[in-house]
Amino acid sequence: MKLYYLLALLPYIAILGGAAFVNKVEPYVLGIPFFLFWIILWAVLCSVIMFVIYRLDPINKENEE
Amino acid sequence: MNTALLIITLFLIISIVMGLLAKRGKDMSMEQWAIGGRGFGGLFVFLLLAGETYSVFTLLGTSGLAFNNGAAAFYLLAFTALGTITSYWLLPVIWKYAKENNVVSQSQFFSKKYNSTGLGVFVAVVGVVALIPYITILFKSMGILVAATSYGAISSNVAIWVGMIALLGYVMVSGIHGSAWTSTIKDFLIFFVILFLGIYLPIHYHGSLGGLFQAVSEVKPQALTLPEKGLSVSWFISTVAISSFAYFMWPHVAPTVFASKNAKAFRLNAVLLPIYAIMVLFVYFVGFTAIVQLPGLKSGDFALLELSMKTFDPWFVGIIGATGLLATLVPGSMMLMSAATMITTNVIEPLKPNVSDKNKALSAKGFVVLLSIVCAFFSMSESSTLATLYLTSFSLITQMAPSMYLSLRKNNGITKYGAGIGMLVGVAIVIYVTFTKTTMAILFPSLPSVIQDLNIGIIALAANILVMFIISSLTKKTIVNNGNNENKHDVKLTS
Repeated sequence: MKLYYLLALLPYIAILGGAAFVNKVEPYVLGIPFFLFWIILWAVLCSVIMFVIYRLDPINKENEE
Repeated sequence: MNTALLIITLFLIISIVMGLLAKRGKDMSMEQWAIGGRGFGGLFVFLLLAGETYSVFTLLGTSGLAFNNGAAAFYLLAFTALGTITSYWLLPVIWKYAKENNVVSQSQFFSKKYNSTGLGVFVAVVGVVALIPYITILFKSMGILVAATSYGAISSNVAIWVGMIALLGYVMVSGIHGSAWTSTIKDFLIFFVILFLGIYLPIHYHGSLGGLFQAVSEVKPQALTLPEKGLSVSWFISTVAISSFAYFMWPHVAPTVFASKNAKAFRLNAVLLPIYAIMVLFVYFVGFTAIVQLPGLKSGDFALLELSMKTFDPWFVGIIGATGLLATLVPGSMMLMSAATMITTNVIEPLKPNVSDKNKALSAKGFVVLLSIVCAFFSMSESSTLATLYLTSFSLITQMAPSMYLSLRKNNGITKYGAGIGMLVGVAIVIYVTFTKTTMAILFPSLPSVIQDLNIGIIALAANILVMFIISSLTKKTIVNNGNNENKHDVKLTS
């Protein structure tokens, strides 16, 4: 178990744990209501976090057959 | 026949012809088709897994949910993003085991992991049952599509039968591997249509995205957040949790996973798939535009089509309709064929090993027809929205997840009885709830709405897990005892 794998828990905490706190219209971000913005933000961050994990993880540098 | 319908018919003919050509070109064996000899590169696996995400449900069901229930529709984006990142850890392990043990289907995976043919048969049946609501969505969408684009000239029931025959024709003609070209055209068209509609419609009617949401906040402000009751925050959390938990449990997705050349592809997919999931955002924009522009619309599932017909010339409505048609045919043929393959190779074969190949192919075809007819009837009698059917399908496949995940550990404490009976309990609860339309609120009228609003799939999942552990500990005892006795025996012998 590599410690940086725990980064992948952040989107779960933000979306599942955060839903009750971000379920509101204001403030609008780029014209988008806050609740929708929050989900878009974390969908993008899912990609970013997984990219970081992908680069840190030595397993992806090995050449599997 | 109007222009829109003409274009849709034209695409139908083209896709059947392409299926015919595909069949003539290469006569692959069943196994070659199923997993392509485990030779698919990273990009191809990505395209397959990503393309899987987008069916006609994305177009009609998602915009319909946004139109009917507003912010509740955001759960689709949330669970897809969370579900796809599990690809990094889950799929390499599944793939590795499948490769080492020559597994080609999901039920085979279970029967080998749990060393039980019976469990494999049961998983195949659950897989087919879980696909029924999904195939019903496809038929219903076909009905909506033709009924809307014929400008009411063809009723949706007639359209469902015509659509079913078209799908059957497509499956029979193009055989098990379908046409790679049709699938590519579908992915391209749906990508283009979603982006175009999601950008053009808000700008055309409201000048900008901000303008759109401002207009929605005036007309239907409650659409922008989750309500206090019903599809509330606790519904959202429980639904996102179980759907992302089960994201890769679809029986027709398993062959794509097994087809990969290496495990690295899955880890790269975990980086790319969440971004691809954001596409669904543009479908929300269409649904929200419809809230303002089509205030009188009764069924949200018609929102995207009605709005397109209000805005564009018939020929462009035809292109959108044709996209919907291909987004029905491609996943529909895949689901029908994988259901038929599962039944023939994982149910009939283990139970009746002497069946000839010819009879197997015949029974597969017969099963496709039977399944289509059942789903066609469901799609006419079932008044549920597309989104409700989709949730049912997900609740069903979720029931496979616990014993699947636990079987990946080195020492799996779950026995085949625990896995099977747990799954049975979960599936039975989902089916009972679906047919009786029971909700948590009916079962527990005195509980607070935080609990009443929970997705009932999570209750089924909890019961499933509980039963799985209890039965496993009961059935394991005998095995452990046997082991101990043998050890004692050994000790005696050596001393």
